[in-house]
Amino acid sequence: MRRLFIATFLVPPLLLYGIFVVSPYTQAFQISTTNWTGLSPTFEFVGLANFQRLLDDGYLWNALRHNGLLLLFLPLVTILLGLFFASMISVGGRADRVGVHGVRGAGFYRVVYFFPQVLSVAIIGVLWKEMYAPHTGMINGLLRAVGLDRLAVAWLGDPRFSFWCVLAVLIWMNVGFYVVLFSAAMQSIPRDLYEAALLDGAGRLVTLVRVTVPLVWDTIQVAWVYLAIIAIDGFAVVQIITDGGPSASSDVVGLRLYKTAFGDGQFGYASAIGVAMFFLTLTVAVMFLRVTRRDRVELQ
Amino acid sequence: MTAVLTDRVTTPVPAPAVPPRRTVPIVSHAFLAGWALLTTLPLVWAVLSSFKSDEEILTDPWSLPARIRWENWGRAWNEAHIGRYLLNSAVVVTGALTLTMLFGAMAAYVLARYRFRGHRIVYYAFTGGMMFPVFLALVPLFFVVRNLGLLGTLPGLTLVYAAYSLPFTVFFLTAFFRTLPTSVAEAAMVDGCGHFGLFFRIMLPMARPGLISVGIFNFLFQWNQYVLPIVLMQGEGAERKWVLAQGLTALAVNEGYRGDFSGLFAGMTIAMIPVVAGYLIFHRQVQTGLSAGQLR
Repeated sequence: MRRLFIATFLVPPLLLYGIFVVSPYTQAFQISTTNWTGLSPTFEFVGLANFQRLLDDGYLWNALRHNGLLLLFLPLVTILLGLFFASMISVGGRADRVGVHGVRGAGFYRVVYFFPQVLSVAIIGVLWKEMYAPHTGMINGLLRAVGLDRLAVAWLGDPRFSFWCVLAVLIWMNVGFYVVLFSAAMQSIPRDLYEAALLDGAGRLVTLVRVTVPLVWDTIQVAWVYLAIIAIDGFAVVQIITDGGPSASSDVVGLRLYKTAFGDGQFGYASAIGVAMFFLTLTVAVMFLRVTRRDRVELQ
Repeated sequence: MTAVLTDRVTTPVPAPAVPPRRTVPIVSHAFLAGWALLTTLPLVWAVLSSFKSDEEILTDPWSLPARIRWENWGRAWNEAHIGRYLLNSAVVVTGALTLTMLFGAMAAYVLARYRFRGHRIVYYAFTGGMMFPVFLALVPLFFVVRNLGLLGTLPGLTLVYAAYSLPFTVFFLTAFFRTLPTSVAEAAMVDGCGHFGLFFRIMLPMARPGLISVGIFNFLFQWNQYVLPIVLMQGEGAERKWVLAQGLTALAVNEGYRGDFSGLFAGMTIAMIPVVAGYLIFHRQVQTGLSAGQLR
């Protein structure tokens, strides 16, 4: 009876999981060593030739460079803005003998900041594509309204700006979540620590850097890893807003993979890109955890 | 810490080191409100634009609609098929969420409460799935689904959504089931309750808070999914089966050519309403659920 129960509870989920998750992941490694084009049932084993080709693929390196820039700027800017706003919510209120207080309406800010997190990436992408639109967009509308007509350029049509426009959207959609996360972490810091810092004459900025940041370090570390994973992906936002263009100026590796597979039908090579992405994600996650590890600050 | 505290005790009547200041809160509010505006303004702009005519949008993006034009919404709903896409999304997510929660809870419960051969392997097989980027699976997944004859079908997408939600669901619920007291289960067993009865009548109701958190997380994951539908819902006649995310981006591309901006904004607004409304009602649960999801 016990065995039957375990089997009936485990076999259906395992079957579903095995067919749609485990088998594709294992097949990916195998397909990456073939020259399969998907149309013909036959394909040849080509060893590491796809990976060789990957190293000489200028488009891929170009895309990878953009992922590198995302990896550099997205976590940094998002976490800094997140900490800034979170500390304003938690300790940006009035200060008196009892210590520092959070601002009034903290709950309101938390609700509003979270909006982009619940909207689908498709809505956000389409919305920002329209925001950046040269004639009908809100951004150029504002610039023209204040007389800065010269600055009202075709944001997404200019290779100099397209990538940074995408980065701005990624930051916009992620900051709110980390404000909520960091301010929740800051809630657990005892109030009298701030009081003590204030009595010792520390300013707000010093308090943020010296007291708050070390105490929420664990949360910052987790945030960094997740933002890094988003930066390595970046597919949906890029595909919707610029489709990698103009002239590959905002291309990312995920979009390369998608176009190689479902545009050109080079499934073997696309799988090789996927495998490379997997190891990249793994390396970055391990590296960040190594670099950012420091002694935990214990309260008490 | 202690030094500061004793300091304060020994100093007779300490003058307030920091006099109550008004400037800091004002500065804080200025920054906080600034970001709040930056977050909401694009959304408000989209909603307002959905009521404008195309001429109004073209002449001044910042103008208010001269009158409320619901006909834009009608066009988006019927001609741009946003209504159909919304329905497809609802069907897929309802099915997938039910399947995820049922299968996830079943597997997690057995993994949390029973010891058997291969226990660790099964647990790590499920939770290990969280480490892999979905891009790695895209190409083989496309062919797995195609070979099963499920490409471009709603049941196919439902099964895939459920399968890719399992790793986190199993991970989260296993931890949750472990925290539930064993005494209730033992008492029920003594009273002659079978394994199945124990799960459905006692353990599931006890796990409600955990189920709600992970359910909200999965709902948003599935509702907002983009990569999986654009890969799996292609081929002949698949447009009729598109989900909202996909339909909306296709609309953005097509309306760009046709110049029906107001229709696009109306479609976007319709797509935004269900999630934003749900969020405003359940914002506390949503924030807890999503935070728990990220901090795995």
